[in-house]
Order: sequence, then structure tokens, then C-alpha cells
Amino acid sequence: MSDITRQSLSELVKNIKDKKLSSEEVTKAFIDRSEKSKELNAYITEDYSTALEKSKKFDQKPNLNLKLPGIPIAVKDLFCTKNILTTAGSKILNDFIPTYESTVTQNIWNEGAILLGKLNCDEFAMGSSNETSFFGNVQNPIDKNLVPGGSSGGSASAVAGQLTPITIGTDTGGSIRQPASFTGIVGLKPTYGSCSRYGIVAFASSLDQAGPMAQNVKDCALLQEVISSYDPKDSTSIDFKRNEYSKKLTNNIKGKKIGIPKEYRVDGMPKEIEELWRKGIQYAKDCGAEIIDISLPNTSYALPTYYIVAPAEASSNLARYDGVKYGFRARGENLIDMYEKTRSEGFGSEVQRRIMIGTYVLSSGYYDAYYLKAQKVRKLIKNDFDEAYNKVDAILTPSTPSSAFKIGEKKDDPVSMYLNDIFTVPVNLAGLPGISIPAGHDAKGYPLGLQIIGKAFDEQNILNIAYAMEEKINFKNKITDWWIK
Amino acid sequence: MSIDLKTIKHISKLSRISVDEQKADKLVNDLNSIFKFIEKLNELKTDNVEPLTSVAETTLKLRPDEVKSKDIREQIIKNSPQDNEDYFVVPKVIE
Repeated sequence: MSDITRQSLSELVKNIKDKKLSSEEVTKAFIDRSEKSKELNAYITEDYSTALEKSKKFDQKPNLNLKLPGIPIAVKDLFCTKNILTTAGSKILNDFIPTYESTVTQNIWNEGAILLGKLNCDEFAMGSSNETSFFGNVQNPIDKNLVPGGSSGGSASAVAGQLTPITIGTDTGGSIRQPASFTGIVGLKPTYGSCSRYGIVAFASSLDQAGPMAQNVKDCALLQEVISSYDPKDSTSIDFKRNEYSKKLTNNIKGKKIGIPKEYRVDGMPKEIEELWRKGIQYAKDCGAEIIDISLPNTSYALPTYYIVAPAEASSNLARYDGVKYGFRARGENLIDMYEKTRSEGFGSEVQRRIMIGTYVLSSGYYDAYYLKAQKVRKLIKNDFDEAYNKVDAILTPSTPSSAFKIGEKKDDPVSMYLNDIFTVPVNLAGLPGISIPAGHDAKGYPLGLQIIGKAFDEQNILNIAYAMEEKINFKNKITDWWIK
Repeated sequence: MSIDLKTIKHISKLSRISVDEQKADKLVNDLNSIFKFIEKLNELKTDNVEPLTSVAETTLKLRPDEVKSKDIREQIIKNSPQDNEDYFVVPKVIE
């Protein structure tokens, strides 16, 4: 069967179940394409020979009742994978080989998936362009020298470039939704507590969530139902009844109330984004949804709040990288000197910057003025959403304030880089689910995304709205395979 | 308020990250522009607002205190930079 890598996850699963394709054929096709796609730099670690072996083994005794039967999948290199290098895009974890498996990756292997390799990302998931990775930039399959977004940049590039049928990323302030939007794919950040954080290299523990990235909404729903589980190993994992999201997926969203927050119409928003949003509202109406104007008055305080809370938690989480128990160690004259050199040489500049911001806002004399203040504003932001959800079932916004930018364009200006996450960060602060779907192109032909934000634990509802709108939008990603010689 | 070189040196010490002069100068610039952006929060009155410490709004579950992993010393030591069989080895601390 030709063009295996062009098939969606759902098609591949069906073809394997119908015995029209073997796991080996599928795995081989994705390996071949990945081998031809080295210029994208999407992978940090390739595990092709083991993947092929596993696919052959699967075919010998195929269990076709599984949800991901013999499907090869590459995942973000932030998930600990037992006996396989896990770097988090950092020099400090350059040789770290976990002795345990993250819960979300274990969940996909339990359903028959096969690991293809580990995908590039910003160092410790801190970045919006994949440029902070120790392992180099990732190219966006849409155009050469264009960032794929971040931090799940390798993941986005690999799905859009058809190097993997689907992937898992993580999202702390937009790290799934922004790269999904930049590469023309679908990305879901689930409700906080839906997917276990066990075995994920920690960045900001009160914000981090793993989630699916896919070619379409149906595939995204299927992967979400596999990775979401209650896990006693993560004390913030929540024990609620999870849906079989893909089975319950429907495009009937008649009468659903969708809110349009006026505060997201930010100063200097490009016309193209404004236009995309207007079209999105029309698509939602065409699907039978009712559009309601709402207000989220504290929206403009979300980014400043995030840039206190996330670095504070990061400075605490990253204290463990001291050159003693694991990871890179620099030589030092004494213990303190060893710590300081290890962290100075082992972390990249963005990570150091965030650790220092976090250390400062938590330091004696500044805690109340910064950290406590931010936690209070975070409460106000969450209250805004609670209030809005008395009136609406979901909220529709653009995913990002622009399309993908050029590599190097924003690298030296941290604040302008941070502004990328203006529409996604409030969702993490409030712990809500949000999905980005591709919805159009800008004048340069680069993809643009729309975000649908739901109530906590209401993934089914936003998946349904996304599914219905996807049908109306009928988006076609413009991938020319420019990197394949 | 602005962050000066002295503050950067202090934070560098607290966070156990050594910085040379050149890096320190860049950090002064970067952190000042970031904190200028953060200061926006001072526009909001929050005296009577409860801080949000967790979005999950559930109380932590209790579980029996049981040993679940035994004899994993090798696994724990495996990734240490200077593997010395039974211990983590660090530079001399006591003279």
C-alpha cells in the first residue's frame, strides 16, 4: 500500500485491524520517511531497529483488540522511557537513561504502540520556538528556516511532516497548542489532573500536562482516551470517570453556547488573526452553536502571573540537577564550586534565566510582592473562567497572536518571545482543557489555529466542537516535502 | 524597582549558578525587561483575594505507608556521574 505515512492514525488502526497492513509495513514506512527527514532535526534519539523488531513480534501474534495495535509512535523527549536516553533537550541530562517509564507512555505501550524515538523540544520545555534545545533548532515542515513553535517543536514537526502518525507533547503555557497552530495540526492540552505527570521531567508542577498532537480531531480523541488515567503515583492526578472520547465523538453541537471573550482582542493583533477568529465564529454558527459575548477581565494579567509562577516552580524543580545523583557534572575545587559550575555549564541560557527569576521571586523579602501576589491574581483569572462558564459551554479564541516566525527572529528578546503564549497561558493557570485546531492560512501560506477552551474535565465537549468545526473548515496543510532530497 | 549587578550576584549565589561579568551584564538587562513586564500586576488590588495554590481543588489522598521498591540501589546509582558502587561521590566537604 502506497503512501502509508499519509494515512491518519484512525486509518492505520483500521488497516491493521482489517489485516490490509502489517505493523512491520507501517513501522518501516515511518522509519524510512524519518530517515529521509534528518534535516528537520525532529528527533533527538532514534530507536528504529528496536521498533522494527517489536513490529515483527507484534505481527507474529497480533492483538487486534488493542487501541493502538502495532502503531509506531515517537514521543517528546520529556517523557522518561525505561532504558532509553531521556534528555529533556538539555546538556545536563545528556546521558540520562531512566530506570523507569512515565505513566502516559506506559499507557500507549499497553495499547500496542511501538516507540520510534524521542523528539526534540526546548530545554526543559522552556521556550516557544524549539531554539533553546541543546540539540539544535527544529525546522517547520511548512517552510525552511521557520520555527515549528515550542516547546513541543520536534513533536509538531514530526506529526506535520508525517514522521510519526501521532505524538504526545506536554503543555505548561501553550507548548502543545502553539506548535500545533504553527504547523497546521491538532493539539490538546487536557484538564490539569487528567493525565499523570509521573515520569515526565518536571518544569512547573502546577501547570504541566501531557496531551496528544495529531493530524485530525478524531485521532486526537483516540490518543487522549489512551493516555488519560488516574495514577496514584501522581498525587495531583484526579480520579474521575474518563470517556472513550473517540467513540463518543459527535459533530452535533447544536445549541452549544460558545463564548467570545472581548479581552482577547489585544492591541496590535494582526488583521489576519482577527479575520480568522471572525471566520471561526461563523463556522461555529454554521454548526448550530449559539455565540455569546463574554468578558474575562483579568486576561492581560495572565502572562505576568505566569512569568512568576512558572519560573518559581521551575527554580524549585530544577534544584535537583546538582551534578550528584545523575546527569552532567563539571569539575570543581569544592562541593559548592562543583554545583555552581555544573549548573552554569549544564543549563542553557533560557533555563538559567528562568531559574534566576524564580529564585528571586521566592527569595526572602520578595515572596509577598511577587509569588503571593501572582497566586492571588491566578485566583482572579480562574474566577473569570468560572463566571464565564455560568453562561457558556466553551470559549473560542485564536491559538496564537501570529503565524510561525523565522528562526532567530525573536531569540534575543525574551519578552516578545513570551508574548507568543498570550492566548494559551490563561488556560494553564486555570487548569482547563484547551484544543488548537488548524483553521486557515495567512498571506504567506502559513497555518493559523483556533483554540477552543472547555470546562474542567469537559474534554468531550471541546473535542466535539473541534470535530464539528474541522468538518466545516476543511483545512488542507500545505506540505511540499522540501526537505526530502 | 530595578535589578542591579549586586542583586544578580546575590541571585546567582542563591541559585548555585556561577555567572561571569559578561553573563551578569546580560542578565541585568534581561531581568529588568522581564520584571518591568511583571510589574503590571501592581495595578490590581488583591488585598482580600485568597491565593490559589492548586487548581485541582481536591485534598490529597491518604495511602498506607508501604515499601514498594526494594533492592534498587544499583538502579539509583546507575546514572550518577562518578559511579562508586555503593555511594554517591562528591568533592571533599570536610578538611
